[in-house]
Amino acid sequence: MTPLADSQILGHFGPYGGRFVPEALIAALDELTLAHETALNDPAFQKELADLHRTYTGRPSIITEAKRFAEHAGGARILLKREDLNHTGSHKINNVLGQALLTKRMGKKRIIAETGAGQHGVAAATAAALMGLECVVYMGEEDTKRQSLNVARMKLLGAEVIPVTQGSKTLKDAINEAMRDWVTNVETTHYLLGTVAGPHPFPTMVRDFHRIIGVEAREQCLDLVGRLPDAVLACVGGGSNAIGIFHPFLEDKSVRLIGLEAGGKGIESGLHAATISGGTPGVLHGTRSYVLQDENGQTVESHSISAGLDYPGVGPEHAYLHDIGRAEYRAITDDEAMYAFSLLSKTEGIIPAIETAHALAGAMQVGNELGADAVLLINLSGRGDKDVQTAAAYFGIPL
Amino acid sequence: MSTPLDDLFVNTRKENRAALIGFLPAGFPTQPRSISTLTAMIQGGCDAIEIGFPYSDPVMDGPIIQAASDQSLKQRTGSREVFATVKAIAPLAPTVVMTYWNPIERYGVTKFLESMKENGGSGAITPDLTIEESSHWIEETQRLESNRIFVVAPSTSDDRLKKVAEASTGFIYAASLMGVTGTRASVSTGAQTLVDRIRRITDKPVAVGLGVSTPEQAHEVAQYADGVIVGSAFIRLIQESKSEEEGISKVKNLAHALAQSMKRS
Repeated sequence: MTPLADSQILGHFGPYGGRFVPEALIAALDELTLAHETALNDPAFQKELADLHRTYTGRPSIITEAKRFAEHAGGARILLKREDLNHTGSHKINNVLGQALLTKRMGKKRIIAETGAGQHGVAAATAAALMGLECVVYMGEEDTKRQSLNVARMKLLGAEVIPVTQGSKTLKDAINEAMRDWVTNVETTHYLLGTVAGPHPFPTMVRDFHRIIGVEAREQCLDLVGRLPDAVLACVGGGSNAIGIFHPFLEDKSVRLIGLEAGGKGIESGLHAATISGGTPGVLHGTRSYVLQDENGQTVESHSISAGLDYPGVGPEHAYLHDIGRAEYRAITDDEAMYAFSLLSKTEGIIPAIETAHALAGAMQVGNELGADAVLLINLSGRGDKDVQTAAAYFGIPL
Repeated sequence: MSTPLDDLFVNTRKENRAALIGFLPAGFPTQPRSISTLTAMIQGGCDAIEIGFPYSDPVMDGPIIQAASDQSLKQRTGSREVFATVKAIAPLAPTVVMTYWNPIERYGVTKFLESMKENGGSGAITPDLTIEESSHWIEETQRLESNRIFVVAPSTSDDRLKKVAEASTGFIYAASLMGVTGTRASVSTGAQTLVDRIRRITDKPVAVGLGVSTPEQAHEVAQYADGVIVGSAFIRLIQESKSEEEGISKVKNLAHALAQSMKRS
């Protein structure tokens, strides 16, 4: 058991988490909490999910040791947990398959989802197609332009994509619109939230569905290296891939857990999405955590070259792990991330998602700090096919 | 303790009628015009006022209030403007602030309630504060004698209704339907069912909001509720008006027509 077990009873992580939602959603959140807890202890559910992961997701995902990339990271051993090789190209599938199975168990026929980069939307549309559920994805209008390929993928999978034109037209506003839909259609609809934020039980439930990343990687690292890694690194937007790989290491006190946030143009510029590094405690989207906000409690617009990290909130468990000092969070700028993106592509033949490139840039820093004896485990959370347009524009490659 | 809002419901119950509660976001359409509009709403016949604290992520609001909040936020409306509005309006009618939780938390719970008191406000409606998260809020509203108004929904279980009703003072805000704010063609039949369920638990005043916009709808709700809350319909009139004078006059007329329909027949 983890040290958090007691404080999680009401979905709290220290002072963070909880439920800040309209009363209309409470019954649905209670139903979901019960469905999740029942499923956790139900061997039939666990078997169904494990079978899906083996025959559909492609789990367990492999570990690749990045030897040429490691030369740029102080010579440390760099182990990449290849979530990019999952069906749909990122870790997001772990959570959507779990929640889609719960949706069926709750007798609901329709799912709604928010998406930033489009990875969660694609994963949700995929799970909906597989299980015969109706699927509506809310996506900021700005993001539908940045990630037009993923919009097409969702449509090909049979989902309806609704561009959100309110506010900053990005992930935060897509979540607002999804919550409005949910309040209205809660009896027939499950809100398949894509990250470890939102009201209880989402931060706990989504984490539980992603823990498989860390459970596998811990075992694989022991097999490969004969010991635990010195540090585990992952990018943090909402924080789902990071909590998934961190959580099984929480009790391993020798293992540093390092989350890499989107530093955008630099924290001092104000144009960033580094919520823990540059934000303050507050309430957003149903949970208390760190938030980018002004003196009136208004959410401030975030900035990142990576649509998937472009979010002014962060999961409450990360806020707690930060405050108690169990995990560290650093900001990686757009330029640092794009350098690492290019480097991994050219040294290892792996094009990472720009989100993931933040974790790789962090690995270069930490590898140089710890030196050649260190073992670093990095969650390679997604592949970069969806980012080819953005990267081509950044590097001046004509399309 | 009793606030002006508490006194209002004592009176309307004696008069065998419902209270008309009008909503407008602070700073909409501009700070001075919000005060003149609210004044017109009271002159027209609103018995009490809800001043909205405009918020960047209003997940309970439909397009009309979203647009009004955005317009207000673009003019940098914040706590200063909200309390200035309370100060201007509270002498004319019982006044509460309707706000999402984060602006209160950011301002500070105690400081928020002290400012409320200093400016003559009766209390606050907190649509996204669940009772599980409200222990500090309950202590401080108790200590500073401020109304704390929670929102309940048709999906709220009887067990929760009991807890929320117990924690509420001033009135209980019954959301008429599962959905966001905005005008609707008719008032959901769920509204009366919900009010009936609350009546079996408590004799505290119950006001119905969400989707009430016409005198006919208001009259229907006034038959069973202590209060009728109208917001989006007023905002829409201002959005549609070509001049300030036209907006004020239309708002006053609507408030008058709604006030006429508060009688029980």
